[in-house]
Amino acid sequence: MHTKTRLRTLSALILASGMMAMAQGAQAQDPLKLGLISFYSGPVSGPVGIPSRNGADLIIEAINNGTLPAPYTAAGIGGRQIETVYVDEAVDPVAEYRNAVLRQGVDAVVGYASSGSCLAVAPVAEELKTLTLFYYCGTVRTFEEGPKEYVFRTMNTQDVENIAAARYVLATRDDVNTISGINQNYGWGQESWRDFSKSLQQLKPEVEIKSELFPKFLAGQYGAEVTALSRNKADLIHSSFWGGDLDALILQAAPRGLFKSQTGLLTTGGTALNTLAKQIPDGTIIGVRGNGGILAPDSDFNDWFRAEYEKKYGEQPTFPAYYMAQSVLALKAAADKAAAESGSSAPDMEQIRAALKGIEYDTPAGKVSLNRHNGHQAATELAYGTFKLVDGKPTLENVIRYQPNCVIAPEGAKSLDWIEAGFPGAQCD
Amino acid sequence: MMTFLAIVIDGFIYASWLFIIAAGLSLIYGVMRILNMAHGSFYAIGAYTVASLAGWYWSAGLPPYGGIVLMFVIALAVGALVGFVIERGVLRFLMDRDQIVMVLVTFGLLLMFEDIIKLMWGVQSYYAPEPYSLFGSTDVGDLVFVNYDLAMVGVAALVAFLLWFGLNRTRQGKLLRAVIHDRELAITMGINVRRLFVITFSVGAALGTLAGGLVAPAIAVTPGIGIEIIVLAFAVVVTGGLGSIQGALVGSILIGLARAAAVNLYPELELFVIYGVMALVLIFKPRGLFALASTRKI
Repeated sequence: MHTKTRLRTLSALILASGMMAMAQGAQAQDPLKLGLISFYSGPVSGPVGIPSRNGADLIIEAINNGTLPAPYTAAGIGGRQIETVYVDEAVDPVAEYRNAVLRQGVDAVVGYASSGSCLAVAPVAEELKTLTLFYYCGTVRTFEEGPKEYVFRTMNTQDVENIAAARYVLATRDDVNTISGINQNYGWGQESWRDFSKSLQQLKPEVEIKSELFPKFLAGQYGAEVTALSRNKADLIHSSFWGGDLDALILQAAPRGLFKSQTGLLTTGGTALNTLAKQIPDGTIIGVRGNGGILAPDSDFNDWFRAEYEKKYGEQPTFPAYYMAQSVLALKAAADKAAAESGSSAPDMEQIRAALKGIEYDTPAGKVSLNRHNGHQAATELAYGTFKLVDGKPTLENVIRYQPNCVIAPEGAKSLDWIEAGFPGAQCD
Repeated sequence: MMTFLAIVIDGFIYASWLFIIAAGLSLIYGVMRILNMAHGSFYAIGAYTVASLAGWYWSAGLPPYGGIVLMFVIALAVGALVGFVIERGVLRFLMDRDQIVMVLVTFGLLLMFEDIIKLMWGVQSYYAPEPYSLFGSTDVGDLVFVNYDLAMVGVAALVAFLLWFGLNRTRQGKLLRAVIHDRELAITMGINVRRLFVITFSVGAALGTLAGGLVAPAIAVTPGIGIEIIVLAFAVVVTGGLGSIQGALVGSILIGLARAAAVNLYPELELFVIYGVMALVLIFKPRGLFALASTRKI
């Protein structure tokens, strides 16, 4: 080859590789569009949707600025800044999901508080092949009704918190022999009551059910229900009410002494601790759907999250803030893992999705492992405590932390079957 | 016996709350022939106003019973004001339109108010629980009832009496009844129907905000509560007969008692029973229990 031709070829190669590098650089600079979906209006927005968004915003800001505590150091998701697209779950979840993906072009979605939304959105996420992380909804049906490729969930399912609730009752209140339930009349409420009552009866067969009430979701008025529960007294009343319904139940039960004469077990009671502390009687058993909020274990990461949240929003983070934050962190952890595995500084969404499967990562509430349902479903520690007002401040005492192997069905087992079989293989030292 | 008593007390407490909402809806329909979807917004505005202003009053440590008076005053005042503005600013331009058009117009207002509420109060919950436990409680056998709830029955009875008295024993009320029976004839007799419309809509809206204001201490006031309530209020007025205050009263009591009986005896039927009562009434009385007689015009 002539020298001139060689020089031309070399120049062309240099130019081409330069352009490729520039293109890669530009791609790395493109922001990652992340749909953040929760209830931003309606009765669930105050206790759940807004704190969730606050928690996610705080983490996203830290990811973009590269100010997350260790082990997260590099800025961005695979070098890309996160651009958030907020979508209100209160408006038709399926239509708005399609809108976010197809018209607004989000690369991934973190969202959904309602089990109904998750059941409706999961098949659409699979159809549109869009990475979707459920952060709060609890239905076990999401993965028990069939494996998913694009859908992940970064917190426990509702069965787990009710199995843990039953174990907590057994550990702290062995005098409980009769139980009643007041739960919302849809999948979440009915399955929560079923799993709690069956679990407790498995652990203590002599437990008798007194009343089972399922008022309409967002009914708001529970006077007759409080009367019915008061007439048919039990040792303990279980409720998985959440959002505005939970607040209304606490407000209406307080002056009638319902949870004073019968111990209340509020599986999502953690959202009401700051706002309705004076209405919750001492001795009420409080859950936080995992180990976030007031029950988050001490760690440097948790100290940082609490301090930054209080600085930014002027209040302590409740558990929904933790759970949306830990969902966003799953993306960050998976992107970092994908980058390390591929050697690329800017992994694409498929690489991030592959890295998410079975990942274990750090959050302000401790380690989260996606080690159930083929690496798509999280298993986390789960805690319960007993409420006590101390100097006007809400506190939880007798806190018990349950490890996943104690309260979560083993891989491959359906939760209800596991409960009915008497929790075979459960490791609860 | 205790079960019966529990059902009656719970039923009347629920009915009293329903009646205050439904009375305003029925009054507006009776006089103006407007099926006012925005009534749910009035309920929400009342709840928000009381939760924020009365909440501020109680947190300031001012005399507690003054707060109860303040609740009534601000709930009624804000309702009358909003009702006046809506009637003068929107509805008077559309008065001769078809009833379906008015349903769509008020539905549009409902949606607009939902956003206005979010703009004014945000999306977080508001709480004003102090009045709810202010009057203590009453023991009935083993059961405890909140005196605030029992007082709601008294408030509803007072509202029913004032509406009856206003419609039957005052000059303005007789004029209103003339409009209810035949608007065209009332106009030809020289009755200032436009003025009566303003008064009616303001009073109806004030009843909506009063219901919202009175329930605020017992709930978390959040966006969307107005939409939840409007369905229930329609079930009551359809059962009682559109436009009939008497019908709203009887419809509220029927539905209140039926729901309380279901919760206490057959909880599985709780969701079904409200609409079951409505369906049963409509099978035998398709225009509701106390539907207004309509004259056939040739």
